[in-house]
Amino acid sequence: MSNVPSDLKYTKSHEWVRTLSDGTVEVGITDHAQHALGDLVFVEVPEAGRKLTAGEPFAVVESVKAASDVYAPIAGEVTEGNPALAAEPEAINSDAYGKGWLMRLRPAAAGAAPALLTAAEYQKLVAEEGG
Amino acid sequence: MAFIPHTREDVAAMLAAIGVGSIEELFDEIPANLRLGALSGVPESLSEMEIGRLMAERARLDGRPLCFIGAGAYEHHIPAAVWAIATRGEFYSAYTPYQAEASQGTLQLLYEFQTMMASLTGLDVSNASLYDGASAMAEASLMAVRANRKSHSQRILVPSTVHPHYRKAARAVAGNQGLVFEELPYCTEDGRILPGALERYDGQDITALVIQQPNFFGRLEDVDTLCDWAHARNILVVAVVNPTSLALLKPPGSWGTKGADIAVGEGQPLGVPLSSGGPYFGFMTARMEHVRQMPGRIVGRTVDAAGRAGFTLTLQAREQHIRRAKATSNICTNQGLLVTAATVYLSLMGPAGLERVAAASHARTRELVGALTRVPGVRRLFRGPAFHEDAIAIDRPVAPLLETLAARGIVGGLDLSEHYPQLGQALLVCATETKTSADIERYATVLAECLREARAA
Repeated sequence: MSNVPSDLKYTKSHEWVRTLSDGTVEVGITDHAQHALGDLVFVEVPEAGRKLTAGEPFAVVESVKAASDVYAPIAGEVTEGNPALAAEPEAINSDAYGKGWLMRLRPAAAGAAPALLTAAEYQKLVAEEGG
Repeated sequence: MAFIPHTREDVAAMLAAIGVGSIEELFDEIPANLRLGALSGVPESLSEMEIGRLMAERARLDGRPLCFIGAGAYEHHIPAAVWAIATRGEFYSAYTPYQAEASQGTLQLLYEFQTMMASLTGLDVSNASLYDGASAMAEASLMAVRANRKSHSQRILVPSTVHPHYRKAARAVAGNQGLVFEELPYCTEDGRILPGALERYDGQDITALVIQQPNFFGRLEDVDTLCDWAHARNILVVAVVNPTSLALLKPPGSWGTKGADIAVGEGQPLGVPLSSGGPYFGFMTARMEHVRQMPGRIVGRTVDAAGRAGFTLTLQAREQHIRRAKATSNICTNQGLLVTAATVYLSLMGPAGLERVAAASHARTRELVGALTRVPGVRRLFRGPAFHEDAIAIDRPVAPLLETLAARGIVGGLDLSEHYPQLGQALLVCATETKTSADIERYATVLAECLREARAA
């Protein structure tokens, strides 16, 4: 059974979103996603200042099995890509919700609230996918 | 012989399994106006005997001329052992070596090829080859766009001293993918990038600068200054180089303070015959930081389960059989046979042998230009040093002159007027180590004869 912390929001494409105290959000891939990918060998994170629309690919995670895009859960401007992942991509495998964060994002001002999943909803999705 | 092993029943079973009625239905998404339908203008098939005879007749039409044309393909001596080894059955029929346990010989050869190319260009990593020099430049431009994350413009600066065919191929391959190739003017006095041509780009978002060394005119660009200019502005540098020249010239990895980011070129001079224009092969090397954006196969050295050294394809996650539409390129198989010849050629020549070839080619070209410019009405077009080709200006129309020379058994060079009309009546000439002093004298004598006759007419 995958680890799905209850205080985070999720996407159908297996990203997690954490709202930080300064209003920015932190984004990564879920424990389920890292498990499906296998040992990560390379991660490409976005540069600060890049503007993203919701659903736009912003990072590439490459494992011994596959390389996959990671999609922006919400629109906004990148404030930071996780610099530690260049040297230590396996942090995503060992700590997907902590040291394995991919980027921090300042959400675009207004607009419709994005349709993110709750932990319970994501848990159900993973169960349906056989995870 | 049937090349497709599937029986009618196999095909029906496969279609039924995916729920499609016919093979034609698989192509439904391609609009009718984009389909070719029947092939027109293709003659009836010929038997092996008939095609052999036809090709022999065509080959005879070429005659055995003395060739003084370079312009991207160079006639070098190829030791007999090169193709004797390259055409051994083990190499001749080898295909992409997915199955490492059954392909150690091919993989080791490709690994050695990569090692040699990385060493020649002074860069960290090499792929296992591309189609040819022109498409390699196009791939390098696409790679630079992926690798340069500080730039968002997809603008590539390409001097007009880069081979015209390369520029055309790059636009054809990458133009529809949004890349914009902007041509830099050249100086008609020294045949190099115009000093100051870059100034107008200061402060603009440019992705990469292409530098060909030696350039299309055989001349040496100021690579150190150009490379540093680019790097100071977060512009990546794509070097287009002749592999033979690297035995003498500074390798791209040592250009300027940082070195070029990517080097590509035409591999034909390394053991591949001119052969009416192909097949040839392209090569590509890069700095390690860009390796994941590099297209094509990469062979790596590793150990097996028992700890024994071995070779295998590596970094395949970049490739299309894994990454599908987002792969670094659509290159699936490399020019294996030609790469085999090149690897054997380089190992037979060694660094000292390649250096002798380069030095002899340079000396022969100087001798050629000296002999030709002693002919009245012929002068050297550009000032300054050249590697193994050079441009000469002639005071008569070049096209008919080349025809007269060809009728007398001499391929006199490339008429520059098609791509560089502003140069007037000009010819790009080349002599490699395959030309003797007697060959060069003969060209000069026949040229003088032709020009005398043209003036008398």
